[in-house]
Amino acid sequence: MKTSSFFVGLLLAVPVLAKPVAPDPGAKVYEELCQACHMANAMGAEGAGKITALAKNPNLESADYPIAIVTGGKGAMPWFRGSLTDQQIADVINHVRSHYGNRYKDKITAADVAERGLPAPPGRER
Amino acid sequence: MDSGRPQPTRREVLHAIGMLGGASVLYQAMEAMGHAKESQFAGPPNLSGARSGASVVVLGAGLAGMLAAYELRKAGYKVEIIEYNNRPGGRNWSLYGGDTYTELGGATQKIGFAKGNYLNPGPWRIPYHHRTLLHYCKAFGVALEPFIQLNHAALVHNSKAFGGKPQTYRELAADWDGNVAELLGKAIDNKGLDSVMGAADRDRLKEALREWGILDKDMRYVKSLQTSRRRGYDRPLGGGVDGAPIASTPFAFSDVLDSGVARTIAMHMENQHQTAMFQPVGGMGMIGKAFGKQVDGLVRYGAKVTKIDQSGGAVTVTYTDVASGSERTTKADYCVCTIPLGILSQIDLDASAGLRAAIAAVPYSNSVKVGLEMKTRFWEEENAIYGGISVTDQPISMISYPSGGLHSDGPGVILGAYMYGPSSYRYAGMTPEQRIAGALEQGAVFHPGRYKEQFTTGATVAWSRSPFTLGCCAQWNEATRKEHYQTLVAVDDRIVLAGEHASYIGCWMEGALLSSLDAITRLHKRALEA
Repeated sequence: MKTSSFFVGLLLAVPVLAKPVAPDPGAKVYEELCQACHMANAMGAEGAGKITALAKNPNLESADYPIAIVTGGKGAMPWFRGSLTDQQIADVINHVRSHYGNRYKDKITAADVAERGLPAPPGRER
Repeated sequence: MDSGRPQPTRREVLHAIGMLGGASVLYQAMEAMGHAKESQFAGPPNLSGARSGASVVVLGAGLAGMLAAYELRKAGYKVEIIEYNNRPGGRNWSLYGGDTYTELGGATQKIGFAKGNYLNPGPWRIPYHHRTLLHYCKAFGVALEPFIQLNHAALVHNSKAFGGKPQTYRELAADWDGNVAELLGKAIDNKGLDSVMGAADRDRLKEALREWGILDKDMRYVKSLQTSRRRGYDRPLGGGVDGAPIASTPFAFSDVLDSGVARTIAMHMENQHQTAMFQPVGGMGMIGKAFGKQVDGLVRYGAKVTKIDQSGGAVTVTYTDVASGSERTTKADYCVCTIPLGILSQIDLDASAGLRAAIAAVPYSNSVKVGLEMKTRFWEEENAIYGGISVTDQPISMISYPSGGLHSDGPGVILGAYMYGPSSYRYAGMTPEQRIAGALEQGAVFHPGRYKEQFTTGATVAWSRSPFTLGCCAQWNEATRKEHYQTLVAVDDRIVLAGEHASYIGCWMEGALLSSLDAITRLHKRALEA
């Protein structure tokens, strides 16, 4: 967290050296994976059952909760430990926690996912 | 057994065992006698003698639910079915011209296919050994026709082989076999197999390889009229002056390896894809409709289950009438619940902690299908491809040509994408229009100059956005099977679960039906012992 605000300060201080803002890698993961269910606007949906809205979701206050769900799955939602890298999991959690009406400032790293995430179950069977 | 007869027939023996020991004993006996190796189906359950006035509420009018209702009513139960959709069939379903489909998120498609054309969003083919499904198709009057799985004229595309140009399965498979045979022959000559085979067997294998791979007298797979008989000619046989054929040249084996054709060969070899396969005439949804007819009048459609209670010696199901929003309840002695687990895990369910944990432990896979209607059947007229599947390493994974209406004029619907895994998520996240456009773009690699040009209208279903399932199929693994499967299928006081998720033939209709027959047989036993 300290590191990221330090860099932001640096970029503001020396705009001549600033490169174009790198695209948010979490946004790409969200688009290619999460919005298949949670929708592009993160509003989720409801039919016979419900797909959780990630927009303005108070459960995201602690990053531990999304870490547990993305690595371990929940109900119909599969686990993504193993199919996403820990870095991608961190990126997408950071993305969701700072977009769609969520304004959580702290960021997590791949190391946090490695430490607090659930292990991928062995093998899948269709 | 009629003791007056000298020898009982095999059928009579089986029948006797079936009456005495139940279906599982019959199955074991059939297995020992060399029958029924690929299916556990041992005939309809023939349940009877329900207690007077006993009732069952069935949740879900998919195949598992409707079969449960059909057989339990025959056994004497009063049966009611509660269904979220406004149609029978569940995942067994076809989209026809004039239909409307709204996925989660609100995107609505008005299907514009010509009369008789369809997309099967869910199941689309029936293996010959899915005996339960075949039995009830016959019993319920569902006309079947062949589903063409393996077509030698269909294409194999790999973006990293042959400069991205698709080749026919016929050529690639012939060259694969020929080269493998030649290499094995060399291995024998180089004494590579001496440690695993005796001299006599090595000689016999060489002779077999020569025939299997069409090798010449020197054990080589070469350009010849013989190999062309399998892989195709440069000029095919004809009549008259130019009747003589001209042989074709086999591909370089490294190119054949690059094509990945071995994976396609393996796909067709799978037990679930072996010939013969079937499909209902007029779309897979004909099965759901036929089952629906059998339980006509028993189904409450448009009803969303919110609570299942089994206190006070009965099962009370609370549901919302989707159209009016009003809450209602229904009561029965027992319940067969076929609601997909992802949805069931969100419902207030009065059951053991073990069952609730099992329900919550099984995630669902995803899949995306796209149907593309083409003005003419150019793949038949120009490529002589009649049904079958062309495969690709692109996200669409394959296209499948219609097995119905072969050799007819007019529009036909190609299955333009069957995605699973990462591609299915990427495409499910798109709008239906984007999915169709992507499928059209990728599929054009097989039929350039025709595919996009002949396209008229498309339809697509992304199962992760399906309102009635929240996914495609239950995704078990070894660990969850071990920890939860037996709990999931056990009768929990007055409730039993059924569906593809409660079977080892996951994602197939056969699994749903076998699960249903097993569940109701045990529930009926439980009811008689109560």
